[in-house]
Amino acid sequence: MDLEYGPQYDEFRAEVINFIKENENTKLSGPPRSESRVAWQQKLIDHGYFARSIPKEYGGYGGDMDIIKLRIIAEEFAKSPIPKPAGGQGIQMLVPTLLSLGTEEQKQEYIRPTLRGEILWCQGYSEPNSGSDLASLQTKAELDGDEWVINGQKIWTSTAHLSQMCFILVRTEPDAPKHQGISYLLMPMNSEGIDRRPIKQMTGDSDFNELFLTDVRIPAKNIVGARGEGWKVANATLGHERGSLADPNVTQNRLNSLIDLMKNETIDGERVIDKPIFRDRLLSIQGRLMAQQSNALRILSSQINKDQDAHLAKAIVKLQGTELRHELEGLAIDAMGELGTLYEDSPHLRDNGAWQMTYMYYLGLIIGGGTNQIQKNIISERALGMPKEPKVQGA
Amino acid sequence: MYFGLSEEQKSLEENIQRFLADNAPLESIKAVADGDEEKAQAIHQGIIELGLSGLVVPEEYGGLELNMLFATVVSSALGSGTAPVPYIGSYVMAPMALNLAGTEEQKNKWLPKIAGGECQIGVGLSEYVGARENAGIEFAKNKINGRALFIIDGKNADAFIIANKSGELFIFDSSASGIEVVELTTVDKTRTSVELILENVDSEKLAASDDTTVIEKILDAGRLMLAADTVGAAQVMLDKSVAYSLERKQFGRLIGSFQAVKHMCAEMAAELEPCHSMIWHAAHCQDSVPEEARLMACQTKAHVSEVGKQVSKTATEVHGGMGFTDELGLHYWFKRIGLNRQLLGSPELVREEAGKLQGFDQ
Repeated sequence: MDLEYGPQYDEFRAEVINFIKENENTKLSGPPRSESRVAWQQKLIDHGYFARSIPKEYGGYGGDMDIIKLRIIAEEFAKSPIPKPAGGQGIQMLVPTLLSLGTEEQKQEYIRPTLRGEILWCQGYSEPNSGSDLASLQTKAELDGDEWVINGQKIWTSTAHLSQMCFILVRTEPDAPKHQGISYLLMPMNSEGIDRRPIKQMTGDSDFNELFLTDVRIPAKNIVGARGEGWKVANATLGHERGSLADPNVTQNRLNSLIDLMKNETIDGERVIDKPIFRDRLLSIQGRLMAQQSNALRILSSQINKDQDAHLAKAIVKLQGTELRHELEGLAIDAMGELGTLYEDSPHLRDNGAWQMTYMYYLGLIIGGGTNQIQKNIISERALGMPKEPKVQGA
Repeated sequence: MYFGLSEEQKSLEENIQRFLADNAPLESIKAVADGDEEKAQAIHQGIIELGLSGLVVPEEYGGLELNMLFATVVSSALGSGTAPVPYIGSYVMAPMALNLAGTEEQKNKWLPKIAGGECQIGVGLSEYVGARENAGIEFAKNKINGRALFIIDGKNADAFIIANKSGELFIFDSSASGIEVVELTTVDKTRTSVELILENVDSEKLAASDDTTVIEKILDAGRLMLAADTVGAAQVMLDKSVAYSLERKQFGRLIGSFQAVKHMCAEMAAELEPCHSMIWHAAHCQDSVPEEARLMACQTKAHVSEVGKQVSKTATEVHGGMGFTDELGLHYWFKRIGLNRQLLGSPELVREEAGKLQGFDQ
């Protein structure tokens, strides 16, 4: 057991701290893709604080894949109000996919502007009748000369209204078994025939869209991997998505805010934190979070020490993390009582309504990214070796 | 950076598990639970021969001087086999108390005997943690009077270490006059517990125990050991559940192919897997990060107790009617986890302490 990163990293940490100090007043303005945001993103790449291990020729920093350095960067950035590196599905899912499975031309064309935040991506996976059973998707693409012609409907397409590109799963081999008939295409969002309708969520926001695709034509070369291999290509990136949800170190920041809230809010003049039942709920949540943080250390260690097995520790992160976060936000609402129901721009609103918003948002994350029931199937089948559901005839 | 068990720690764990599988199978556990003292003695002797009695005793007193992570690994392994042996009180908390607070004379008198497996000391901190039935002891002029409940490893003990309300620790020989030992019968028959009724018992104070950090350290260690025991026991309950679900058929299918059963197992795994990391982490704090050790010990004891309760219930349910039988014996694990939960503070009590440690009351 050794939780020290080692003195060889002290200098690196000092550099990161120094960079943050010099740039801590950075304020980004304008919508996504605005000049100041792109410039900031490029500055982070130039210093190796973002896209660190992505080769220089594709617009990355071209550094070594040193997990501890990545960890130090994340730790130090988390402590400061400095703008964080941009995320999104292009960076988290598409870039790793192209790096391992894209053609040289695709890597050259897309990775650099995606990292710089000039191209935003949305994900065209789910369909109205293909949610948890994603591989049953029916949106089809047919090759017509040197173009794919896409017809069908996608749903839960987040940030489609902001995106320039969509990585989309379509059925190209209708006669093949369902997992083998899918291809992974790259679809420009300004193509003719894309009708986008926003989905208003329970939070009041519209982060998601429905896409209706009618004779959308895209170049034949816009395929990642071979025809019929789209399921494998997509699975390579789903892992990236799940790992990024509900990081316990982010939840720790939220717990600290909850503690402050419970010290400040009063009922009949008594602080909420002084009420034993509220305090016990808070401490229970803290205990669960501490367990998840220990689990995260084990995962980190397994990434550094390749012989260490942590597959079960990883498989549970999304399930445990999203449930805990939802409960944490819910406790804040209970601590505020009636005040906790205030929303939008109401008088007496606390923290801009963030607690209600995040409470609902995390219910969305319990469902999204593979519902938590699907997570339990994955844990029981892949980690505990229990059998799959018997197939229903014809499904 | 390496977070996890070393090869040495893993092989210690395997050695203990192998020893228990060979020497304390379910029939033996049942025999001990039914009162077979000879069998209990034989298993106890076996773990002494594995070196467990001297694990945390300093080398200069004949021990192995291993750290809390080793002790955690041992406790978890003993929990996995519901080993009917003394350990947490007699071989972790007692030697720690002597080493931290004893005079040179006291250390020389007791520690080599503990390491050599010639001396079992029962430990009672219940009246410091939270007195029930107004129990408690008074110490004056080297005599103890009063009552102490739930002495850990107290049956057949050669000596006792008990705490008063303010956390001072006292040691006395079990052969001293004025001691009435009342055996307590808990649901967990794999371990023993006694009450002591003391009338003018000759006793010595562990000299440095005026400093409450002494009893706090022993309490942290004891709580961690109980949590580790629960993690070991709960893991076996989960493993047995998965194995049973892959044998038992209903409606023409293995019950493990039903989502209802799969999700019960997945939920147990999702709660339990981080607990392994949590006990290692808490042990590491006691070994190397003292400023985090107390909070981590409290939260580990509380959280693992909650997870243990859930796992022991769910695992019993997965086994259906068989889970309720004495024949299958799953109840030994269920009851062991149930006792661990209450010893040295139930989750609510320990969380209350965790809140104070963070200044929530200020």
